[in-house]
Amino acid sequence: MNESMNFSLITSEIFLLCALCVIMIVDLFQRDKERVLTFTLTQASLIVLFVLGFNSLGAERIISFDGHWVTDELATVLKLSIYAITFLALFYARSFISHRNLMRGEYYLLTLFSVLGMMIMVSANSFLVVYLGLELLSLSLYALVALQRDSSVASESAVKYFVMGGLASGFILYGVSLIYGATGSLLIADVAKHFSENSIGLVGQFGLVFIVIGLSFKFGAVPFHMWLPDIYHGAPSSITAFIASVPKIAAFGMTMRLLSEAFGQSISQWASMILIVALLSVILGNVIAVSQNNLKRLLAYSAIAHIGYFLLGVVPGTQESFSAAMYYIIVYALMTLAGFGIVIFMSSENKEYQKVTDLRGLGRYHPWYALLFSIVMISMAGIPPFIGFWPKLEIFRNLIINGYVVEAIVAIAFSVVGLFYYLRVVKEMYFAEAVDAPEISSSRSLKIAISVNCLLLLFLGLLPDSIYQYCLTAFNLMG
Amino acid sequence: MIGLTDYLILSAILFSISIAGIIINRKNVITLLMCIELMLLAVNTNFIAFAHYLEDTAGQVFVFFILTVAAAEAAIGLAIIVVLFRNRATIDVEQLNQLKG
Amino acid sequence: MLENYLPILVFVAIGLGFGVFLELVGYFAAPRKDVEDKLLPFECGFDAFEDARHKFDVRFYLVAILFIIFDLEVAFLFPWAVVFKELSWFAIGAMGVFLGLLVVGFIYEWKKGALEWE
Repeated sequence: MNESMNFSLITSEIFLLCALCVIMIVDLFQRDKERVLTFTLTQASLIVLFVLGFNSLGAERIISFDGHWVTDELATVLKLSIYAITFLALFYARSFISHRNLMRGEYYLLTLFSVLGMMIMVSANSFLVVYLGLELLSLSLYALVALQRDSSVASESAVKYFVMGGLASGFILYGVSLIYGATGSLLIADVAKHFSENSIGLVGQFGLVFIVIGLSFKFGAVPFHMWLPDIYHGAPSSITAFIASVPKIAAFGMTMRLLSEAFGQSISQWASMILIVALLSVILGNVIAVSQNNLKRLLAYSAIAHIGYFLLGVVPGTQESFSAAMYYIIVYALMTLAGFGIVIFMSSENKEYQKVTDLRGLGRYHPWYALLFSIVMISMAGIPPFIGFWPKLEIFRNLIINGYVVEAIVAIAFSVVGLFYYLRVVKEMYFAEAVDAPEISSSRSLKIAISVNCLLLLFLGLLPDSIYQYCLTAFNLMG
Repeated sequence: MIGLTDYLILSAILFSISIAGIIINRKNVITLLMCIELMLLAVNTNFIAFAHYLEDTAGQVFVFFILTVAAAEAAIGLAIIVVLFRNRATIDVEQLNQLKG
Repeated sequence: MLENYLPILVFVAIGLGFGVFLELVGYFAAPRKDVEDKLLPFECGFDAFEDARHKFDVRFYLVAILFIIFDLEVAFLFPWAVVFKELSWFAIGAMGVFLGLLVVGFIYEWKKGALEWE
C-alpha cells in the first residue's frame, strides 16, 4: 500500500518531537539539582511511545511520504525494544550521574534525541531518511560521550568516537552516492527494483562495498573495531551501557533496510564480505577478551564477538536467518545493558571498581547481586537455560541448514573460548579471596533496575519463544 | 567538455585525500575535522554530478541535507575539541593515548 | 556555452592588470627610506602590544559554533521559496514548524547562557 502525507503514520515521531520541545523548555526553568521532573517526563514519554507502538503491532505494511517512509512489523518491534531498553538504561543512570556532575537536563534530552534518530532509522525507506536518522543518532551520542566535561578520558574517547563515526558516515554516504548514480533513485524500493532487473554493475558494486565497510565501522566489527574498546572504556559507564546496547538494535534495522531490502537481489555480492567480517570479529573479539583485566574493556571485546555472531546470522540471507539475527541483537542489547549495569553497580560516589579482580568477595558481601551477575555472565556465554543460549542456537541452526557448516563449527569453537573469560568473572566473585569489601553505594532505583534486568534474562530464557515470535512475525514467518 | 567521469574522478581523489589525511595525520585534531568535512564534500560532488547527469533533483536535495548536517557535525566536533583542550591543554593527536589495553 | 564567460575573463584580466600596475608604479616611482621605526607595525602610535598571531579566546569558538548551526539551517529557506507559490498554505505551515523548532533551540541556548560573554 502506498500513501502520501499520511501524518497518522508518524504519530510516535511527532509525539516524541513535541515531548522533546516541552522537556527542553521545562528543564530550563528547573532549579532542582536532581532533575526529578525532567526524569519523570522523559520516562513518561517513553511509556507513551511504548503504548503507541504496542497498539500498532500487527498493522499492515504501509509505504508513505512518496516512498520515503515505511511502517511495518519490523519497524514496530524494533522500536518497542528500543523504548524498553532505553527506559531501563535511564534507571541505571540515575544515581551514577548524580554523583558525577552529570545530572543535567542534557543527559535526558540527548538520550531522547538519539531515540528519535533510531526511530527514524528503523522506519526509513530511502537512503536520505536513513542518513538523517543515522546522523541524529550519532551526533547525540558524540555529545553524550563528551558530557562529562571534567574528565580527560571521556573527552579523549569522544574525539575518537567523533572521528570514527564521521569516517563511517562518510563511507556509507559515498556508497549511497554511487548507488544513486547507478540506479537514479534514492528510494530503497526503486533501488531493489533496479537491481532485480539489471545486473549490479561496476558502480553498484563499488557502492555496495563502501556501504558494507561503513556498516562494519558503525558496528565495530573486525577489522574496523579499533575504536570500540577505547570508547566503551573512556565514556562514563552509564553512557557506555546505553551506547553499547540500544543503538545496535537501530543499526540492525538499518542493515536490514540497506542490505536485505535494497540489495536483496545481489545477496551473493555482500554475503561473502559480511561472512569474513563476522568470522574475524568472533575470533578476534573472543581471543582478545581473554587477556582483559578491565571489566569495561572485557565487555567491549565481548561486544565485538557478539556483533560477529549477529552478523553470522545475517549471512545466509533467508527471512528465517534475519529473524534469528534480530532475536540475537535484541537479546544482546538486554544482556550487555545488564553487563555494564554491573560496572555501574560497582561504583561509589567518587570511585569506580572496574577491574575484574575488584569483584572479589562479592559472593560473600552481596550474595544476591553476585548471583544476578553470574546470570548475566553465563547468559552472555550462551549456556542454557538463560536467554543468551536461544538466539545463538537459532543462528547456528540457520548457518548449518544453509550450508555454512565449517563457519558454524569455527563460531561454536570460539564461543567455547568465550566461556573461559565469562566464567573467570564468576570465579572471581565466588572463589577468589577478598582483600576488602568494595564500598558500593548504589541507589534503590539502580538495584531494582538491575534485578529486573537480570531476572528477565532468566525468565525470558525459560520462555524462549516470548521475544522470538515477535521477530518471526516481523519477517512474516508466523501464520 | 567536462563529462561525468571527470567529476567522479575528482570526487574519488578528494575522498582519498580525506581518508589519507585521517590515517596519516598525527598532528592536530582540527585537521581530522577538516578531513571529515572534505569527505562529505567529495560525496556532494558525486551527488551533484549524478543529479545533473540523470536530470533528477533528488541528488541535489540530498546535498542540501548533507550540507546542513555537516554544519551540525562540525559544531559538535569543535565543541568536543574545546572540551578536550580544556582538559589536556593540547589537541595533539599523538597525545590521545590515555586509553589503551 | 563556455564563450559566454569571455566578458568575465576580460573583466578579471583588466582588474588584475590594473591592480598590479598601480602596485608597480608605487614600488618603482615612490621614494623609499627604510628606517627601523617605519618597518615596525603601527598601532595607534603605541608600541605593538603582542604578536598578531595569538590564540583566540575560546568564547569566539562558542559563538562561531552557535552561529554556524543557525546560519546553515536557514539554507532550507531557499528551495522553499522557489516552490512556495505551488504549495501555498501547506508550505507556510511546514516552514512554520521548522522555524518553530529552531526557535525552541534558540530559547534553549539563550536561557542556558551560551550567548553571554562573561
